[in-house]
Amino acid sequence: MTDTVRNTVYFAAIAVLIIGTGFVQSWNAALFILNFGLISAIMALGVNLQWGFAGLFNVGIMGFVALGGLATVLVSMPPTPQAFSAGGMGIILALILGAGTVVAAVLAYSKLPKGRVRGLAIMAILIVGFFVYRAVFDPAVAAIEAIDPAATGYLGGLGLPVVVAWPVGGLLAAGVAWLIGKTALGLRSDYLAIATLGISEIIIAVMKNEDWMARGVKNVVGLPRPAPYEIELQQDPAFIERAASFGLDPVMASTLWVKLIYAGLFTVVLVILFILAQRALHSPWGRMMRAIRDNEHAAKAMGKNVTARHLQIFVLGSAVCGIAGAMMTTLDGQLTPGTYQPLRFTFLIWVMVIVGGSGNNLGAVLGGFLIWWLWVMVEPMGLWLMNTITMGMEDGSAIKTHLIDSAAHMRLLTMGLVLLLVLRFSPRGLIPEK
Amino acid sequence: MDFLNALVAFANFVFIPATAYGAQLALGALGVTLIYGILRFSNFAHGDTMAFGAMTTILVTWLFQSWGISFGPLPTALLALPFGILGCMALVLFTDRVVYRFYREQKAKPVILVIVSLGVMFIMNGLVRFIIGPDDRRFADGERFIISVREFKALTGLKEGLAIKTTQGITVITAVIVVALLFYFLNRTRTGKSMRAYSDNEDLALLSGINPERVVMITWLIVAALATIAGTLYGLDKSFKPFIFLQLLLPVFAAAIVGGLGSPVGAIAGGFVIAFSEVTITYAWKKVATYVLPDAWAPDSLVQLLSTDYKFAVSFVILLIVLLFRPTGLFAGKSV
Repeated sequence: MTDTVRNTVYFAAIAVLIIGTGFVQSWNAALFILNFGLISAIMALGVNLQWGFAGLFNVGIMGFVALGGLATVLVSMPPTPQAFSAGGMGIILALILGAGTVVAAVLAYSKLPKGRVRGLAIMAILIVGFFVYRAVFDPAVAAIEAIDPAATGYLGGLGLPVVVAWPVGGLLAAGVAWLIGKTALGLRSDYLAIATLGISEIIIAVMKNEDWMARGVKNVVGLPRPAPYEIELQQDPAFIERAASFGLDPVMASTLWVKLIYAGLFTVVLVILFILAQRALHSPWGRMMRAIRDNEHAAKAMGKNVTARHLQIFVLGSAVCGIAGAMMTTLDGQLTPGTYQPLRFTFLIWVMVIVGGSGNNLGAVLGGFLIWWLWVMVEPMGLWLMNTITMGMEDGSAIKTHLIDSAAHMRLLTMGLVLLLVLRFSPRGLIPEK
Repeated sequence: MDFLNALVAFANFVFIPATAYGAQLALGALGVTLIYGILRFSNFAHGDTMAFGAMTTILVTWLFQSWGISFGPLPTALLALPFGILGCMALVLFTDRVVYRFYREQKAKPVILVIVSLGVMFIMNGLVRFIIGPDDRRFADGERFIISVREFKALTGLKEGLAIKTTQGITVITAVIVVALLFYFLNRTRTGKSMRAYSDNEDLALLSGINPERVVMITWLIVAALATIAGTLYGLDKSFKPFIFLQLLLPVFAAAIVGGLGSPVGAIAGGFVIAFSEVTITYAWKKVATYVLPDAWAPDSLVQLLSTDYKFAVSFVILLIVLLFRPTGLFAGKSV
């Protein structure tokens, strides 16, 4: 069996799974899986860049995805003019002061001679800078959050079309990735893992607590959409007529149509990123990356700047995750910082890449769809399993209720098990690297 | 100006909580550092090993409570602790046998082991939630305070009160005993010396006839004991919630790295550095400042450097500073 045949079989199987879900459950569920599968595939592509191409271990995918989500709010929501006049300048000034403090500290570190004076100077700059920053920042935040807290209480966005947020999300994620990569790359591999784990938790903490930015845990709902609203379609006579010609009622047809529009947009992004990743993999640059991954010392001896290349690909991969994060928030139509969990947004993507085949872009895409389908289906399957196991027990017994209640936690166990089994028995994944 | 009251307020809100928290972090970081020294990878499953050990202890505690066994003024959990340790030992030995040993024999790269430990972490987390559920569990009983605010005020006549919770006292005493035992074991016994030799130079240790599988097994046993004790003490002091232990992973790792991965003394120092920084930076200093400063200077605001929601950020920033300026940590741990 050639590779092409095998890959076709794999993707046909995915199609069967999704279409099968359409027949067995509902077409809405099938399109839901398809849309999130497309987004997952993009995230998996990003992680595959980092892990598959370069062997970098990033455990902070959740943070980069969340930054993409933040970009959606900052770009697409209408601005809040009163908030801007109340505290906008204060916030901007405070952020500039904060950045200035850090720059001054870095300058002091590089310019002053080594010794106690330098240490004291840096301490003084940081302490004074911090208090000045807080003195400007706190009143501005209070002023912004006081403005109609039930509806806004934040600066709002730029009011641009939501699709613009996708590349912006990528840029935002890239910026943070640069900062992290600059510190943790070039040290042992575990340090990058720990640093990314930390930054992702901090990004989520900032998004939950800084209400002036994106309302924190009060959530931003009703984000603008790139697709028409279902309710508008249902009132459009032309649409109703077309729906009727397919034999569908307007409500059903409108929800399916909107999901299909999203699927189309996401497919375009996925195809573009896939072609780019594929070109990169087969370019001299891609070969250099794999050479560095396989033997850092040899690559270094050949004159390759290993740390700089690592930084480059780390930033690129994180940017892809940021784009996917922005797309996902667009699909949800709301930003809810409380729902970002490492399990769902970091670990699951890792399982996708490893199951699909690390180092192979097609494998990452396949893993994205397959594992997402499994993730959605594990819960009903777990519940069914528990119901089957407990069939013989009498109703209301403590063990039976406990087992049925625990079915929700089957996901953790299943995903951990899938990862360990694949790593052990098929470490190269379903579609191995060539 | 009232230094005595300021000192009491400081002790009550900063020193005592930070000491207890530091002891818990130090025990956790010791486990991470031992695994790193002997098995040579960062064990992401450590947080959930702590959760599993604590869970076993809680289950045994409930059993004892239902039998009416208690430990007088001390929490029953202390009686249950040995059983929790045994349960945790069984689990880690089982994981080592079915999961880690395969990669050890293959001499897999450390980063593969880290990914494997991530898988183990999720299975353990799933197990804990499966068995005890995701909710908050309280299992502390016995006397709540060694000295309560009211007793302290009556005793000293000061305006400011001081409370020491039993759990805080137990945490510190247990940690001291455990650390003393561990260091005696590592420095004085034959097995401990062979562990250190294996950690320093694997090939040389093998040449001298040290059995690597035995060293690894003993390491896992010690790590299981440390993790269970750390998890139970944390659960007694705060409360037991399965997902908390995932969040505890960051300060624990930060402590181990700040001290120097692979260095037991460093892990203890790192634990206290992280704990004291977290508490002092997120504590609202208004009360202490009011006592120390003259009335005219008394602050209006809370004098809190960062809100408590950002306590991860503190350990993270310390971690970054150490990585930037001294990647081997305070006590020069293993390789960079």
